[in-house]
Amino acid sequence: MPQNDRGSLWNAVRAAEHLSDRFLWGAHASISLGDLARGTSLGGRVEELRGRSVLVATGDQLTAALALVELDGIARRLVLCPPDVPSEHVPFVIATAAVDALVCDRATPEATARSVGSVVACSPRIVATDSERSGRLETEWILLTSGTTGLPKLVVHTLASLAGAIKGRGPQASAPVWSTFYDIRRYGGLQILLRALLGGGSLVLSSAQESTGDFLIRAGAHGVSHISGTPSHWRRALMSPSAHSIAPHYVRLSGEIADQAIVDRLLTSYPEARTAHAFASTEAGVAFEVGDGLAGFPASLLVQRDADVEMKVEDGSLRIRSARTATRYLGSQDGTIADRDGFVDTGDMVELRGDRYHFVGRRGGIINVGGLKIHPEEVEAVINCHPNVRMSLVRTRKNPITGALVVADVVLKAEADPANGRAAEVESEILQLCREALPRHKVPAAISFVPTLAVAPTGKVIRRNA
Amino acid sequence: MRVNTMSVRSNVISQLEQVAKEQNKRLAPLTDELVLLNSGLDSLCLAIIVARLEDVLGIDPFSAAEDADFPVTVGDFIRFYEDAAK
Repeated sequence: MPQNDRGSLWNAVRAAEHLSDRFLWGAHASISLGDLARGTSLGGRVEELRGRSVLVATGDQLTAALALVELDGIARRLVLCPPDVPSEHVPFVIATAAVDALVCDRATPEATARSVGSVVACSPRIVATDSERSGRLETEWILLTSGTTGLPKLVVHTLASLAGAIKGRGPQASAPVWSTFYDIRRYGGLQILLRALLGGGSLVLSSAQESTGDFLIRAGAHGVSHISGTPSHWRRALMSPSAHSIAPHYVRLSGEIADQAIVDRLLTSYPEARTAHAFASTEAGVAFEVGDGLAGFPASLLVQRDADVEMKVEDGSLRIRSARTATRYLGSQDGTIADRDGFVDTGDMVELRGDRYHFVGRRGGIINVGGLKIHPEEVEAVINCHPNVRMSLVRTRKNPITGALVVADVVLKAEADPANGRAAEVESEILQLCREALPRHKVPAAISFVPTLAVAPTGKVIRRNA
Repeated sequence: MRVNTMSVRSNVISQLEQVAKEQNKRLAPLTDELVLLNSGLDSLCLAIIVARLEDVLGIDPFSAAEDADFPVTVGDFIRFYEDAAK
């Protein structure tokens, strides 16, 4: 449904009935949508944010959700800042998105809260207001993804592109209770927030401070019916004694390759649920969902006519054209995301086996550790700082818990050849460098010293695709 | 590949301790009843442990055993490896 039919997010939410029976449940507080119809989470200061580029930098997911609901249509831009964005990257985000106002809560880091002049606090204590929440702007929603240099890339969406895959609830279906292991400031989590809001349901938000077991118990207590996460989230959930605190009707996997083992285990663990794995990315949007219990996807999806999403495979990677793809990147010289024909190259490499395509990895060696993308170049840059290192290649090692781990092949300079007994020392020095400069998931889990690495005529280390 | 069960158990425990130390995680006192997710080890730690054990023992029961449930306790985790090594 195009956004023009819907107007702002709040207008779409308000149009549904039984608002008071629908909730956003956070780990510490909850809000009924009925309360939000009569009041504001922004302390009556919504008007100050009209037409602004607003960084939503709350620590809590509930306050972020409230701000998004209230400000779509009113703010010019909503920049979604996940809490794990390193504080030294925040000024870059603010400059790139021309941020001129900030929404924070009590958990916003102080340095972030001080970085923009105009600051509005968001709180789950709703303040009654008479003023109409009227917004007609087509707000740009800015999502952050990881970039090659370590700085985030800013991806531009609209409510229409984000909600393109969401169908309204049928009249007979009971109101869904959604939940997700994702943070809603990430694409995969935002999809679930919008599904709950636009599909007539409620939502149980996760919390970074809460254990997997406690979250599952809380979601179960609220009667979660629809729940999504990455294969890594689900592997962790299935290792929890509280895995059976939930009895969902629908289990969704996205964000990483869903292998047959995790699909099988979910089918066994939740036999009453429809289990599906979805393909989506921040740039390409939601492309498709596979519900036949098999890894990969049927090749027939590529030749569907009249589909909302067109797909093709070119140079081994999946390309997607639809109204759900992001518009552009902010701040880069060439901000285009789609090619001239409107296709977005997902960078996900696929292989045809029989009548199904299977995902085999990412172009450019990008490594996905539990849903977090790592560009090998940023890790190599750190390793190469060690005075004894000539060159390095950072690559993926398949892993049944997080999907992948980062490992490194390192060529030492001749004077520090591993043969002369310094290898163990150099290895621990390299790891120390990495631990100081990089988040934990980017630090190599293993380092191998190798005599040489293959180098292309361009002078670049040759990366295998997978 | 055959490995005697004692060496599997001691290998698993030594990796749990080693990775916890490397990752600056406070490891709860290890007992067979301890729930893995309450041990102080997060998913990244477990991923590294599983990779190291594959190098040391030559087995990865997470990828191999389709029917077995995922281990919940430390005891389950050790048995998971002992069974796969048989």
